[in-house]
Amino acid sequence: MSAPLTSLDRPNSYIGRAVPRPNAKRLLAGRGRYVTDIRLPRMLHAAFLRSPYAHARIVAIDTGQARALAGVHLVAAGTDIAKVCTPWTGTLDHFKGMTSEPQLPLPLDRVVWAGQAVVAVVAESRAIAEDALELISVDYEELPAVVDLDAARQPGTPRVNPAGQSNICFRTQLDSGGVDEAFAAAAHVIEQEFSFGRHTPVTLEPRAIVADYDPEAGMLTVHHATQTPYQFQDLYARHYGIPEARVRVIAPDIGGSFGLKLHVYHEDMAVVGLSMLLGRPVKFVADRIESFVSDIHARDHRVRARMAVDADGKILAMDVHDATAIGAFSTYPRTSVVEGNQVIRLIGAPYDFKSYRAALEVVFQNKVQTSQYRAVGHPIACAVTERMVDLAAASVGLDPFAIRARNVIPDDAYPTASPTGYKFEALSHQVCLQRLHEIMNYDALRAEQAELRQRGIHRGIGIATFVEITNPSPAFYGVGGARISSQDGATISLTPSGEVRCAISVTEQGQGTEAIISQIVADQLGLAQEHVKVITGDTEVTPHGGATWACRGAGIGGETALQAARKLKANILEIAALVLQEQPAALDIIDGEVVNAATRQPRLAIAEIARIAYFRSDTLPPGTQAQLTVSHHFAPQGYPFAFTNGIQGCYVEVDVDTGFIKLLKHFVVEDCGRIINPMLVDEQVRGGVVQGLGAALFEECRYGETGQLLNGSLADYLVPMAMEMPDIVIAHVETPTADTALGAKGCGEAGTAAASACVLNAVNDALAPFCASINAVPITPARVLEALGRF
Amino acid sequence: MSSDIDEAEEAVRVRFIVNGSKVTCAVAPRDTLVDCLRNSLELTGTHAGCEMGACGACLVQLDGRAVHACLMFAVQADGARVDTIEGLSESGAIADLQAEFHRRNALQCGFCTPGMLINAHELLARVAEPSREAIRDALSGNFCRCTGYEAIIDAIAAVAEARVDRAAQEREAASR
Ligand code: FES
Ligand code: FES
Repeated sequence: MSAPLTSLDRPNSYIGRAVPRPNAKRLLAGRGRYVTDIRLPRMLHAAFLRSPYAHARIVAIDTGQARALAGVHLVAAGTDIAKVCTPWTGTLDHFKGMTSEPQLPLPLDRVVWAGQAVVAVVAESRAIAEDALELISVDYEELPAVVDLDAARQPGTPRVNPAGQSNICFRTQLDSGGVDEAFAAAAHVIEQEFSFGRHTPVTLEPRAIVADYDPEAGMLTVHHATQTPYQFQDLYARHYGIPEARVRVIAPDIGGSFGLKLHVYHEDMAVVGLSMLLGRPVKFVADRIESFVSDIHARDHRVRARMAVDADGKILAMDVHDATAIGAFSTYPRTSVVEGNQVIRLIGAPYDFKSYRAALEVVFQNKVQTSQYRAVGHPIACAVTERMVDLAAASVGLDPFAIRARNVIPDDAYPTASPTGYKFEALSHQVCLQRLHEIMNYDALRAEQAELRQRGIHRGIGIATFVEITNPSPAFYGVGGARISSQDGATISLTPSGEVRCAISVTEQGQGTEAIISQIVADQLGLAQEHVKVITGDTEVTPHGGATWACRGAGIGGETALQAARKLKANILEIAALVLQEQPAALDIIDGEVVNAATRQPRLAIAEIARIAYFRSDTLPPGTQAQLTVSHHFAPQGYPFAFTNGIQGCYVEVDVDTGFIKLLKHFVVEDCGRIINPMLVDEQVRGGVVQGLGAALFEECRYGETGQLLNGSLADYLVPMAMEMPDIVIAHVETPTADTALGAKGCGEAGTAAASACVLNAVNDALAPFCASINAVPITPARVLEALGRF
Repeated sequence: MSSDIDEAEEAVRVRFIVNGSKVTCAVAPRDTLVDCLRNSLELTGTHAGCEMGACGACLVQLDGRAVHACLMFAVQADGARVDTIEGLSESGAIADLQAEFHRRNALQCGFCTPGMLINAHELLARVAEPSREAIRDALSGNFCRCTGYEAIIDAIAAVAEARVDRAAQEREAASR
């Protein structure tokens, strides 16, 4: 018996097909070309002297000896670069009352975190530049450092910015009403405090940049390991006073980004200035230790939460307070308050309840800036919500699945909105919950757990429901005045040989952007995928767009490509119709051939149409100008965000003697709408889960009392490795968004969003017989033993 | 100018056989093998992720064994045979691993990938059919931030199985 034909059986039907990524072969052969690999003629190398203090006044800088070293071309301090670069401030207008100090590439008179770049040296080689750093002496006068989040919030604490009123960067609250009444009427009130450590993205390729200013042409070319080249084109143009069209940013192969590579870093801005001052290409690649002290960190929240539930376990209300410490500045141009803002807006998001109150306090401290990292705010919101739901289940006497089934927004209730105002088009919590129950084989796991518990083996099962923000509209940054595009653009051409090239503004960092765009274009045009070439990551070649962040590559970039391909197809068929003396509507394209739409009889190869249009336009009817290159831009309309949803589960074993946690298996059910390439979605989800598991168990930037990062190397800062990671079972539900023809939502952050919440619940489940409880992430062995009273 | 900088600038001539070709290059005594491969020889397929032996991005083969090119000075490799991802790709020695990684999307950004492949190649040279557990264990010095490792484990396991099957068939054919 053969399976019934599906849409995937049509020729050139690539949407929904697990095809390998064409560009991956190059990377497998060691032929990737990362910014770290780029070498330009006459290129020099920059290195930075960094502050040993978390907070200090710069009294004097002596660079005489460094300048004299053979091979050194330039030694520049804050004032030198300030001559060519205007300062920036990381605030957004719609965050009312938000403050942050203006920043420059290198500080003028005060350092505000340990590791801040103070002086730049440009030399013939990185090694010589580093030698020169040792010859520079800086006199500092140490100032009191604000290190601890709670201390930073106390009135009377020294201020991170002496010019500021306090250490508060931003405060906001939400109140949907009825909270106090709901708590008064509740059968159970659960109250809990959570703490989330700082961690950092740790892309395997560190930050890297090669800036090349040509003074004669007045042109700046920057090879930049970034996910958002257009944003940097705009920033370099504005802060260095170069016309935008003369700034070119090229983002070739990028060795991981995860949000890390879209923020403005002081060294990167400095390198552009250094190249302008020298009129030569200058390269900077952060080494791993520099990455730890200067890349953004993320998370660092303390949350207090209360939940009111009725006697049946129905959630009535939540009341939360989130305090988050962001370092000495708010990042530019996206700001550091977005994470906290997203935490308070996402808490409770999967559940159907009305009364919600939240307060957010964003606090400065003398540490490196925190900002957006994969699944911004989601892991915190999810961990708080899901832990509270589990605690509620325990007080009511319900199973974790049962309480969620009782409380998730029902699948037939859409469209609807969260109590915090997020508008949901269509989510699938109930189906996902059901699917997870099946793929986990939940009842069997519970039986196994109970049986093993008898034998002193302590296993735990945790589940966590999540909602992920994807496809952000201009309501995200645009309203705040940031020049961050929510639209994307594609320029797509039929080449003279009948192939297709598509230059698109969404970028590739390994998630498979180029592959899915070629799938969509080939599918829509009726061509074999290998005849579509996709070009990304070069502002000179590709149209302006937001590029890849916040899971907008497939949903926004994919829709852009789809619409562009449809336009080009219409133009091709118009020419074909002229040549064939037919109506365009009577024609279609299959496998690179123009065919009769009704009979599918081949009529003409599109290569022939290209040949005629490009080389023999004299044979086309007078007045015909063939448009075989089209450009299309697309910005989301309709819902401000396309929400992906899903649920994760995990099974862990806790060694109650050592506190070690073993991840046995992880399960994910997710609904990212239309799936373009199931294999890539699965691998995105797996990668995301593993990053979330790292956060759950290992990753934490630890600081000493004076604000020194204590574990700034890959030997001290633990990231998940193959040995500790479980196999991950994935199932999909597909609820396409009706806002686009493609119907895709994002999936890149879904894995990270709920992984820590799941582990937190699972570990607590394992510890239940001991009446021990943990509400801090990462869940280190020490914290487990502490909870057990054994440490 | 201080005298230790004088020393650092001194070049030393080293000779090795890199990817099958005799190569001479002038390196500073403090240059690591990864510096020399990437900068002097332009073999940028070998990556540096941590420069302290923790991440595995810089693995190359030295006289047939996988070593961390970040933990070794170029001068220490004098006289050795060095095979990098470029050479192993061109010789076809790891073609089956590369094909399987590609088929299963066992890479994303690809930055860890050359090191992963060299480690996988080494593992399969030592153990014909390692268990998944053994594969995970062998990769415990190769850090990947993008994938969830699982596809990498699957790919290596599949290649191991295919190699064992092929060897069995060849033995059978030979014995006929
Ligand atoms: S660069 Fe050698 S192990 Fe990381
Ligand atoms: S694929 Fe990016 S680090 Fe492994």
